[in-house]
Amino acid sequence: MTLGSRDRYVIAIDQGTTSTRCIVFDRRGQLVSLAQQEHKQYYPRPGWVEHDAMEIWRNVERLAPLALRRAGITLDQVAAVGIANQRETTVVWDRRTGVPIGRALVWQDTRTDALVTALLAKPGATAVQERSALPLATYFSGPRLRWMLDHTPGLQQRAERGEILFGTMETWLIWNLTGGLHVTDVTNASRTNLLDVHTLDWSPESLTFFGIPRAMLPEVRPSVSVFGTAAAAFPGVQIAAALGDQQAALFGQTCFTPGEAKCTYGTGSFLLLNTGTDLVRSQNGLLSTVAYQVAGSPAQYALEGSIAITGSLVQWFRDQLELIASAPEIETLARTVKDNGGCYIVPAFSGLYAPHWRSEARGVIVGLTSYITKGHLARAVLEATAWQTREVVDAMNESSGLTLKTLKVDGGMTADNLLMQYVADVLDVPVVRPLASETVSLGAAYAAGLAVGYWPDLEDLRHNWHRAGQWLPAMDAGLRAAEYGNWRRAVERTFDWIQPAG
Amino acid sequence: MPGTVQSIERAAAILRMLAGGPGKLSLAEIARSLDLAKPTVHGILRTLQGVGFVEQDRVSGHYQLGAALLHLGTSYLDINELRSRSINWADPLAARSGEAVRIGTVLEGRVLVVHHVFRPDDTFQTLDIGTLMPLHATALGKVLLAYRSAALPPARDPFTHRTLTGERDLSAELTHVRDAGWAADIEEFTVGEAAIAAPIRGYGGLVVGAMGISGLVERICDSRYRPHARLVGIVRDAARAVSRDLGATR
Ligand SMILES: Nc1ncnc2c1ncn2[C@@H]1O[C@H](COP(=O)(O)OP(=O)(O)O)[C@@H](O)[C@H]1O
Ligand SMILES: [Mg+2]
Repeated sequence: MTLGSRDRYVIAIDQGTTSTRCIVFDRRGQLVSLAQQEHKQYYPRPGWVEHDAMEIWRNVERLAPLALRRAGITLDQVAAVGIANQRETTVVWDRRTGVPIGRALVWQDTRTDALVTALLAKPGATAVQERSALPLATYFSGPRLRWMLDHTPGLQQRAERGEILFGTMETWLIWNLTGGLHVTDVTNASRTNLLDVHTLDWSPESLTFFGIPRAMLPEVRPSVSVFGTAAAAFPGVQIAAALGDQQAALFGQTCFTPGEAKCTYGTGSFLLLNTGTDLVRSQNGLLSTVAYQVAGSPAQYALEGSIAITGSLVQWFRDQLELIASAPEIETLARTVKDNGGCYIVPAFSGLYAPHWRSEARGVIVGLTSYITKGHLARAVLEATAWQTREVVDAMNESSGLTLKTLKVDGGMTADNLLMQYVADVLDVPVVRPLASETVSLGAAYAAGLAVGYWPDLEDLRHNWHRAGQWLPAMDAGLRAAEYGNWRRAVERTFDWIQPAG
Repeated sequence: MPGTVQSIERAAAILRMLAGGPGKLSLAEIARSLDLAKPTVHGILRTLQGVGFVEQDRVSGHYQLGAALLHLGTSYLDINELRSRSINWADPLAARSGEAVRIGTVLEGRVLVVHHVFRPDDTFQTLDIGTLMPLHATALGKVLLAYRSAALPPARDPFTHRTLTGERDLSAELTHVRDAGWAADIEEFTVGEAAIAAPIRGYGGLVVGAMGISGLVERICDSRYRPHARLVGIVRDAARAVSRDLGATR
């Protein structure tokens, strides 16, 4: 879409798990142009997931001019750039050459399994979890960094000498964009096990616990603040925001008030509930996380229900089983049958995240009979996403003392009409999609635009939110209860699959 | 006729070979049998693969006929894929026009609504994905008819006194749609409502669907009862953006 005038725009970089996008937004928060590129997923061993950080940076460099060209605009029309990124994915690189040491370890990677068990047995483990408001788990970056330091000869010494830098994806991108600025934002830092969630800085005690040298860590900054000026990709433009993708989606859905929640359906799915300036600790498997921080204001927190595998189950169905040629065809295949035929798939590929947190669990397909066709399997794939959402919503209702009345959704899977209807059916609440399915990018753009005064305030952003679609629950209560019972029994069958070594 | 196109002849020969032989063939085998250079054959195979007529085995790298060839008569683009690929452009269209957006393809002589975006005024609306609409009385349907995605339905009910039901009237209208590159329906389906639609093209320019807006006639049309040029422009821009993502060259 070409806009000839000299209007100004905000650009978001959404560095996701499956792809990287550059999106140009206008003042009304509408998408003007988009450039997107998938990157390679490496699965060198069961449970290992890696990305090539250099490939991802090159994608950003290639996408930047493409997004501008497709919008028909030039750099001087860009008010700011905001970054949203896949969280917890861990990169280390050489400060001098800028070359990554090995591949990035992706958030779904479970190689730190045994390490986490050992760490949990160490004195001080409870305090680490207390300070970071996170459980010690394979999901977070701290253990991953420890693993890299342990498994790369000489890396610990080099890190101590300050030759090696650590970062999550936003840190890696900002370092490359600015030509050497080493910073992170509070939301990404809150996913490491290393941050003190109250002081919002690295905890010296936690660093000692993990044996991680302070010299390799980036400086922690507010999410909505000018980080620096780009020298590459968008030369001369201010980088004015960075947030983890799920926090960005919460921002893009304009959930600025305590009690507001959204669920983003991508590779994994993540339900976040704004809890304001209070850090709420959950007793039933939800995480406490930093939602965002505007420079000069106190941090806002959120409760989070993290589901590791949703869209990636569809990808597995496409790439590993080769039963469909593209992700959306899962819906076509699922519609060839009228129900799941008694079949359930629990995708505990990386263990189970919220609300179970069972790292030893592995996936199961149960209820197989000769009656089951690939159509039933496709149904079971989609239903797994819906039931995992239900488990997280139940935990959220208990932890917050509130009852979710509608679910705001976004992400790639919201294009799946059958799935969205099923989510409404199993939650028994309306599911609402806003007029911007790229909410992750929108959140990054909003944050960056706010930081440079492109948008005046949060209230102004709220006016951009409109309902684009809505699915109303239509399932018989008895059927819902019976299916939920079956799902829970299926989940139990994933537990205790990986036996402790020795 | 000014001669023939050599690469199309070669592509046809490759397809015949793949259809005739047992199992999958390697690049070298195909090149040898046709006495062509490997890079030439490779280029043609890549193109055929891109349009779905040829598939390559992930492990052996050998080639076979693609599934799309078996479904040449039916729509080549999965409707759920069409929704996924157009969702990013349908939302801005609704925002910029202030109207509801629908995307349609043909199913059994009618328009199948594949995607629907609410009018962005936060009033109560119901998703009508999966519903069917008449081809001859809607802007979406006229686009699909004009570009031969569908045949003229034999029964053409009048929905209002303005519905075009006669074959001559409708043919003239479709010629007009092809010339203009967009279609309108002004109180032809529902009294008080109007719609504008434009074609969504896939590879090679093939029309695979239609995308448009609809709303109250006084908002869609100007004082001369013609669709606002601004609205026509943004509908066509949005349809073009989807087409470009689907691989149409223009
Ligand atoms: N129509 C669909 N039905 C089901 N899953 C889909 C559909 N379209 C995309 N997906 C899934 O959504 C994911 C992509 O969504 P996206 O929001 O881009 O994810 P991420 O940001 O995590 O990379 C992929 O895992 C893909 O399998
Ligand atoms: Mg994403």
